[in-house]
Amino acid sequence: MRRTHPLVYVTLLAGIVLSAFPLYWLFVVATRSNDVVGDWPPPLVPGPNLAENTGRLFEAEDANFALGLWNSLLSATVITVAVVFFSSLAGFAFAKLRFRGRNALLLVVLGTMMIPVQMGIIPLYMIMVELGWQNRMEAIIVPSLVSAFGVFLMRQYATQAIPDELIEAARIDGCGTFRVFWTVVLPGLRPGAAVLGLFTFMGAWNEFLWPLAVLEADNPTVQFSLSQLSTTYYTDYTLMFTGALVATVPLLLVFLAFGRQIIGGIMEGAVKA
Amino acid sequence: MTQLRHADPLPPVTTPVAAPPEQPRTGWRARLSRAEVTWSPYLFIAPFFVIFAVFGLFPLVYTAWVSLHDWDISGAGAFVGLDNYVTLFNDPDFWNAVFNTLGMLVLATVPQLLMALVLASLLNQKLRGMTFLRMGVLLPIVTSVAAVGIVFSQIFDRDAGMVNGLLGLVNVDAVDWRADKWSSWTAIATMVNWRWTGYNALIYLAAMQAVPRDLYEAATVDGAGKVRQFWSITVPNIRPAILFTVIMSTIAGMQLFTEPLIFGQGGFAISGGSLRQFQTVSMYMFEKAFRDFDYGYGSAVAWMIFLLITLLGVVNFLVSRRSR
Repeated sequence: MRRTHPLVYVTLLAGIVLSAFPLYWLFVVATRSNDVVGDWPPPLVPGPNLAENTGRLFEAEDANFALGLWNSLLSATVITVAVVFFSSLAGFAFAKLRFRGRNALLLVVLGTMMIPVQMGIIPLYMIMVELGWQNRMEAIIVPSLVSAFGVFLMRQYATQAIPDELIEAARIDGCGTFRVFWTVVLPGLRPGAAVLGLFTFMGAWNEFLWPLAVLEADNPTVQFSLSQLSTTYYTDYTLMFTGALVATVPLLLVFLAFGRQIIGGIMEGAVKA
Repeated sequence: MTQLRHADPLPPVTTPVAAPPEQPRTGWRARLSRAEVTWSPYLFIAPFFVIFAVFGLFPLVYTAWVSLHDWDISGAGAFVGLDNYVTLFNDPDFWNAVFNTLGMLVLATVPQLLMALVLASLLNQKLRGMTFLRMGVLLPIVTSVAAVGIVFSQIFDRDAGMVNGLLGLVNVDAVDWRADKWSSWTAIATMVNWRWTGYNALIYLAAMQAVPRDLYEAATVDGAGKVRQFWSITVPNIRPAILFTVIMSTIAGMQLFTEPLIFGQGGFAISGGSLRQFQTVSMYMFEKAFRDFDYGYGSAVAWMIFLLITLLGVVNFLVSRRSR
């Protein structure tokens, strides 16, 4: 292959700068005070006010930021564990077990992947009223415990990652089907499960429309808190930016720790799509 | 199935001391294990189907039923047939929201996918620091969605924003980005473009890496330049990936909600500005159902959005089959 033209590197670096700059700007403003944010030329280096801004953030009335942060951590974690478990279970069944109606049911899963379920939130809200789950985290967690995308992804992964002989051997050893799943299949699914888990966590963390419908401002998720900040304190840029920064840090940490797997997951999924 | 060794901690209840060796096969234990093998697959897929049916499919279908009623916060009122839809078809605010949504969809999807194609083809060569570059372009998708709204709302602010500052450098007057349709659409579409370009670029990159190398070698021998190769070899060969991203972007674009809502700020947030200049259909549905508590009318809006998404999906599919 020929040597790469230097212009390619220049263009790519420009692309990286563009994709990183808003995040950097988020950080800079969060460390500054309000009187310099609108200056021209804009302040491009961090300042000394991060601690003070963070203090104001957690004391801001109406935003309930600490509770929002906790609610989001809790719901995203529970949802992630459940989606990974149920998707692995169903994905294993679709990939490796024989049963009547398997192909038809798999088609149903595929079909539901494309359905914008968000359009059903009005009856979903009515269900939550019936259950007494308004303004409670159950309303956020329970409907998201399963994912058609997850079932499909784990089915694809199990098909290629788990050899049939392994399952046969475990059966001969007298394992019931669930024991086969738990002791033999689940460990082999771990890389696929990691990718699914990361995507599920990010999706749950960013959920916004449904929490806004079913929760109240006194029991928010983190995105809800941010929208409260942007409604109530919309002239206080350093406060909003500090909130946005704190709400992004968990995702950023996950990304820095598992970035390679995330990239691998996107690219593998793309080849099969 | 032959059971050579029992890992089961429970001792067998019947100990067939004098029984013939075939007996366990036909005993209750064997029947139990056969039943287990037959039924456990259904048990394994049941959680998905049950929860999805109750909290996903049922609400969506029931939306159609609610939309045929006068239905508010106090409960179901009279069955009104298609009245809500008749009102909807004559509702300028609804069509305004449809127009806004489609406008932002175009502004957010077309540049995004074109930039992703260019980015992917740049990344699709031997490069130093491959992992760094890939992680760099993916950075935007790990930003919290409301955070994206907050940062870009400031960057596009009329007085304090950086975009107007930069425009000032080339002697362009400050733009009031929230005030008009085109300007607000541009600002909101920029958020979507920024967030998703790198993700789509990685999907294209994966597809490009699967294109056989000898196609390019043959084209080079035939004297085709880089640009020609890109349009005649790369793009046709990654068509499935392009179709996938177009459909996914369309579905997401039709449900655009968080970015415009945060961009709105203050009292006019849910109506997308004082003149509804950037209200999307999802925002309109939310406004009707959860601010005016008109569940019947809101459901009619929701069901129309669902039909629109389905229609656009079919159009996408047909166009892509035609152009094959």
